[in-house]
Amino acid sequence: MNCDEFVELVTAYVDGTLDEATERRFTGHLAECDGCDRYLDQIRRTVHSLAALPSQSLPGQARDRLLAAFRDFRRP
Amino acid sequence: MATVEEAGGGPGPGMLPPDAELAARLRGGDEAAFAALLDSWSRGMLRAARAYVASDEAAEDVVQETWLAIIRGIDRFEGRSSLRTWAYRILVNIAKTRGVKDSRTIAWSSLDPEDFGPTVDPGRFQGPGDPQPGHWRRFPMAWPSAETEVVSGEVRHIIEAALADLPHRQRVVITLRDIDGYSSGEVCSILEISAANQRVLLHRARAAVRGRLEEYYATSPGTEGGRR
Repeated sequence: MNCDEFVELVTAYVDGTLDEATERRFTGHLAECDGCDRYLDQIRRTVHSLAALPSQSLPGQARDRLLAAFRDFRRP
Repeated sequence: MATVEEAGGGPGPGMLPPDAELAARLRGGDEAAFAALLDSWSRGMLRAARAYVASDEAAEDVVQETWLAIIRGIDRFEGRSSLRTWAYRILVNIAKTRGVKDSRTIAWSSLDPEDFGPTVDPGRFQGPGDPQPGHWRRFPMAWPSAETEVVSGEVRHIIEAALADLPHRQRVVITLRDIDGYSSGEVCSILEISAANQRVLLHRARAAVRGRLEEYYATSPGTEGGRR
């Protein structure tokens, strides 16, 4: 496998969706290419950084309104 | 299966009780259960909604409307999907409708030209006349080691900017998969797209974000820019 093919398969590899023959070629290349090993690692780092992003939360007023709506709607 | 998403710190089910119990509590008017759900899911929902609509305010409207629909519709939840997937489908439908009003319609059934072609600049690889065609001319440079690097404010800023520049569908998919921590099956089910298309969109989005981080690390002080 060449590096330019490898870089297009990393997501399928990480998701475990490569067919067996392609996965063997992929891991074979991974074992012998430091550049692609690094590329795969950087994709994983990217995913971890994305998972660590802080998110905006619902403003307090909106939260209060929704809690009130729940209370009203669900009142027996 | 996918080790990456398991390691992700997205707001998963975490402290919440199992779906059946949760649904029963909501139907029974358990306000604490509703509040827990609200606090656990709203952030991810805002992100997902924001991928469809033009402003933070519009995303907040979509999320509030979604919660109202959940309050009114919980009696109809039958447990055929997870509660979270069910809730996100409602969200996506409302966001799409709102997105249409904001004239940001998105076709999901097929891929666009922007979804094809190499995700890494072909110039990074050796050409036909070189010793090893298709192999790196020069390895990607090393990034600062993960152990010492907290995801800094600057890195977050780079990632946010990269996300904002992605084509809409890529942004929606990477948001659900990598930020909210959904599995590929859940994302396909929420967005009603094929597994193959989902993967193409996710792959392109991840490659684009990685590329922006690479640019950033190459120019920021303290990294070994270009070490082979």
